Amino acid sequence: MPQRYTRTAVGLHWLIALLIAGAFGLGWFMSDLPLSPDKLKYYAWHKWLGVTVFLLAVLRVAWRLSHRPPEPPTMPAWQLRASTWSHRLLYGLIFVLPLSGWLYSSASGYPVVYLGLVQLPDLIGKNKQVAALFHELHELLGYAMLALLAAHVAGAIKHQFLDRDGLMARMWFGR
Amino acid sequence: MSFQFRTLITVAAVGFGAAVPAALTIDPANSRVTATFRQMNVPVDGAFTKVAGAVSFDATHPEAATARIDIDTSGFDLGMEDYNAEVRKKEWFDSATYPKASFVSSAFKALGGDRYQAVGKLSIKGTSIEVRVPVTVRREAAATVFEGTLPVSRKTFGIGDAGWNEVVDDSVSVKFHIVQPR
Repeated sequence: MPQRYTRTAVGLHWLIALLIAGAFGLGWFMSDLPLSPDKLKYYAWHKWLGVTVFLLAVLRVAWRLSHRPPEPPTMPAWQLRASTWSHRLLYGLIFVLPLSGWLYSSASGYPVVYLGLVQLPDLIGKNKQVAALFHELHELLGYAMLALLAAHVAGAIKHQFLDRDGLMARMWFGR
Repeated sequence: MSFQFRTLITVAAVGFGAAVPAALTIDPANSRVTATFRQMNVPVDGAFTKVAGAVSFDATHPEAATARIDIDTSGFDLGMEDYNAEVRKKEWFDSATYPKASFVSSAFKALGGDRYQAVGKLSIKGTSIEVRVPVTVRREAAATVFEGTLPVSRKTFGIGDAGWNEVVDDSVSVKFHIVQPR
């Protein structure tokens, strides 16, 4: 039974965490800015971060399914259930959140051009009402992600400092 | 003698009449003019929602064709209200000072088949330039349809400013689909 996640899994976890933090901060900051050339740059970067998260998420899930994760430490059944489901939701969101942004981009008529190089196909046609809907959804999912991440971090801290079961070390590089 | 002369007059009159048909107003609801540009390599389409004009065209005398297309610069729709408000500003169309952009042609050159070249003057934001616009002309059941694409440089007309030029390409592809009911 492995004691910790593989180096690849650990690397992907923290890389995705970093990119999500960047995309979230940028998204929060840029959306209420008045229109300017800089605002368009922020939107482009935000989209690039989102696409990167999406691509890494594919890798990550493929890796997760082909590599056995370490056994969780002993804990009450409800905590295990909460952990399983919050992780499933987080895995889901790292796909669905970028996807909702992609749909929003397509519907608003501003396609995603990854790194300014590769144009992603439009998933749906240009439509103002649909765009407004996906904008709402994208924002809502962002808040859902924020709430789940707060729970995720709170859980890790609880295990580390209250339960002292060394859970956090599993998601760091080691022997 | 007199008979021959009269015939000549009649032939000339008929010929002249055929060459200059009355300019017919275009159908504003079905005519479309759009502009496509790249913003950080992202292709963006905008539509001019208010298009008016008249075209006089006879395929047998294209050289005598005339066309006038007027566009309300304030009607440029980029799909988002703050973008639309932005392009009406002084740096862009300056719609308050220059409410109309127009294309006026007084001659079409036949290029073979249904392809023509409309020679004329494109006026935007107080600047006029000579342009040669490739046009295909299609006769439909109840209308004549004029279609084509013209690349336009924003710089030529002073549309946009230094800050925006960093993220928006200079070249804008203007596509038109003009429907003239017969």
